[in-house]
Formats: sequence, C-alpha cells, structure tokens
Amino acid sequence: MIGHLILILTCQLAGELITGALALPVPGPILGMLLLFVLLMLRGAMPDGLDQTAGGLLRSMSLLFVPAGTGVMLHFKLLGDALLPLGAALIVSTLATIVVTGLMTRWLGRAQGDG
Amino acid sequence: MDNLAETWVYLSASPLLHLTLTLIAFQAANWLFERTGRNPLANPVLGAVLLIVAVLLATDTDYATYFEGAQFVHFLLGPATVALAVPLCRQWCLVRRSALAISVSLLTGSLTAIATATGVAWIMGSPPEVLASLAPKSVTAPVAMAIAEQIGGLPSLTAVLVIVTGIFGAMFGPVALDLAGITDWRARPCHGHRQPRHRHRPRPASQ
Repeated sequence: MIGHLILILTCQLAGELITGALALPVPGPILGMLLLFVLLMLRGAMPDGLDQTAGGLLRSMSLLFVPAGTGVMLHFKLLGDALLPLGAALIVSTLATIVVTGLMTRWLGRAQGDG
Repeated sequence: MDNLAETWVYLSASPLLHLTLTLIAFQAANWLFERTGRNPLANPVLGAVLLIVAVLLATDTDYATYFEGAQFVHFLLGPATVALAVPLCRQWCLVRRSALAISVSLLTGSLTAIATATGVAWIMGSPPEVLASLAPKSVTAPVAMAIAEQIGGLPSLTAVLVIVTGIFGAMFGPVALDLAGITDWRARPCHGHRQPRHRHRPRPASQ
C-alpha cells in the first residue's frame, strides 16, 4: 500500500519536475499519469495491490473536486455576468460533442468493418 | 460559556473544522443523490459545493479560511490523476482493438467541444478568462482544472462547468444519441460522470 503510494507520488513528482524544468504546457499530474501508464505497459502486468490503492483514490475522486468547486464563490460576479453565454455554450457544445463523437465512431466503425 | 466561545474561535481558525465540513457536505449530497435514484440533477459534487457555499456565506467565512482545511482533500487530486493510469492500462486491450476509430472520434469530439463552447461564448461577448475556463470543460475534472490553470482560466469555474457539462451530458446525451440513431456501445455514455460507471469503478459516486 505504501509502496504503491510511493509509486504514484513519485510519478507525480517526476511529472511536476519535468514540466517545470522544460516549461512544458502540460500539467505535472497528467505527465505523471502518462509516466505511470508507460511504466505499467513496460512491465506488462499490473502489480498486486496497485489496483486497490488506485481504486481507493479514484472511488472518492468526485469528493476531491469539492474544495476547488467551492472556489466558484470567488467568481459569483463573473458567473452572474456570463450566465447566459455560459449556459448557451454548455448546452450547444455538450449536444454537439456527443452527436459528433457518436457519428464519427459509427462511421469509422463501419469503414473498419467494410475494409 | 466563555470556554465554549473561545474553543469555537479556535476551531473556526483551524483546518479541522472546514475539512470536516467538506466531508459532511459531500456525504449529505451523496445521500441525496442515492435517494433520488442517482438523478443527474442531484449531482453530489454540485450539491456539496452549494451546501458549503451556503454555510460559508451564512457564517461570513472567506474562501481562503475554508481552503486552509479543504486543501488536504484538494491535494489528493494530483495523485488521483496519476492513478487514472491504472484503469487506462486495464482498459488498454479493449481500447487497442479499435484504437484508430476511438482516437479519431475523440479528437473530432474534443475539437467540437472546444470550438462550439468557446465559439458560442465568444459570440455572446464573454471575457478571455471565461473562454479559457470553458475550453477544457469536456475533459475529466482534475485534468480540465489543470489545463484551465495553464491557459489562464479559473480552475474553480472550470470545475463547476465540467460538473454541469456532465449533468447535461447525462440528461440529454442518450436522447441526442437516439435521435442521431447511434447505438454502438463505444459511442454511448462516454461523457462526464457516466463513463466510469461501466468501466473501472464498480460504484462511483459520480464524475
């Protein structure tokens, strides 16, 4: 359990260090995720117990957004001013994204199936 | 009585109080979510945020004081993002078979999401920081927040936008897909908090 936490934190730390040192426009934790992914692929099998440690973090993931989400109270004025454009943007874009992605997947699936 | 007042003053300045508040609010919102049969409108993150904002406004507490306690929860977002590599790895063989189709669809989908959201908001005259907060809203929340920070958006605004996107997606997504006549399972609920339900987590709270 602690070993797996060390693995996860080390990947994050490496991600932060690399993005910081090279001034990459990628967030550190995301590079850390890619690092861990590559490590796991190289290893070829999932280490025993890493599943549980990762699962423990991921199961409660939605809780982790709450502090940042609460920060929206700092932007009430902005939110109030931009309520209409934000609402319109969310509705239009959510529907467009779902339909476009769905159509694209179907079209590609057919193309692949035919070829 | 004086002692109680003094203790209260001490506690309201210590991280313990707001850490506990965060957990209780989430638990309460999650309870409501389960009670409503997991109705997307009762999203537990949104519920918890509204509850906490209400308490903070009622007790005249500023966000910085609240965050002193909440930062311990917030910190775990980084490790949790890294941990996403584990389900990604486990789903890899499933994904790999249709890797081309999935990557092209995701690329088109992401570009559509970014273009339509920022396009609509820009036409309606939104300021740059709103556009930057809106652009990553169709990514999973921790990643979206990190991106928003990088490109000059407001991570907390992005967090809320991601949640609302997830709610809209869960409410209207299936209908939109039915109308477009799409039934391929790979294209079905992959939006916002619907995705993990079928995948790496047996019973996620949401998102």
